[in-house]
Amino acid sequence: MSVIPAPVGRFFHKMASPPHFYALAERFIPWLTAILLLLLAAGLYGGLYLAPSDYQQGESYRIIYIHVPAAWMSLFIYVLMAVMAAIALVWRMKLAEVMLIASAPIGAGFTFIALLTGSLWGKPMWGAWWVWDARLTFELILLFQYLGVMSLYGAIEDKRSAAKAVSILALVGVVNVPIIHYSVEWWSTLHQGPTVTKMDKPSIHISMLVPLLLMAVAFKFYYLIAVLQNAKLELLKREATSQWVKTLLEKSA
Amino acid sequence: MTWQVFFDMGGYAFYVWTAYGVTFLVLLINIVLPILQRKQLLRQLILRQKRGQR
Repeated sequence: MSVIPAPVGRFFHKMASPPHFYALAERFIPWLTAILLLLLAAGLYGGLYLAPSDYQQGESYRIIYIHVPAAWMSLFIYVLMAVMAAIALVWRMKLAEVMLIASAPIGAGFTFIALLTGSLWGKPMWGAWWVWDARLTFELILLFQYLGVMSLYGAIEDKRSAAKAVSILALVGVVNVPIIHYSVEWWSTLHQGPTVTKMDKPSIHISMLVPLLLMAVAFKFYYLIAVLQNAKLELLKREATSQWVKTLLEKSA
Repeated sequence: MTWQVFFDMGGYAFYVWTAYGVTFLVLLINIVLPILQRKQLLRQLILRQKRGQR
């Protein structure tokens, strides 16, 4: 007897079937986009206009509203990829493989954004575009991990073996996530410590915290939309000869 | 606050606006690229299917 109740099992089985997933993605994307735009508008208005300037850093600190959420996403997406890698390796579930590979370019994008906005913030505040500091160095390694996943997947012709190789690579690389998170505590560093995710009270004023959290949620919705777009493309590529794609083509032709 | 003051960002305009500009460019590319690629793939597949039927 299974520990998972039958209706739940049926739900996941249905979700994991490519045609059902494809149709569901098409249906959800407009709603997700509407929510994303509302969150972005509120977050940007709050962050760029309503929030007061920083008493030490003046207006330059406003980069925080994209820098910190992007950095969070760079770690969050990698953890999700590792989870999908585990599912793909254990159950050989096709959809987990697709979601894993569909996440990589978005994670790479957020990692690049975190590095670039950090650099644009560091120049006026630290006086340097880049320093070989622990936090920055490991974040750069994370970017190479994402690019490594993408190029390894592209290099192997058979997509099922490619997914297996990529899953192992993604799982091994997850050790970098806690290293990045704790780097500001483990090493003495130029990068400032955490201001939001402290166990006691966050050391950031509510008028600055609200737009920051709005942007963080907005980026989560952005990830959902982007990963669904990538997954749709990847599913079509992989299942081009299957019956459901043929039916889809007949409908759109 | 006037628009002038807003855009000046206390003298940090270059840093702040470059950060925001590049961020949204990267985010946009990651959405638009898969959509364009999928449309192209769909066109190819439809063409192939039509050839197959003849």
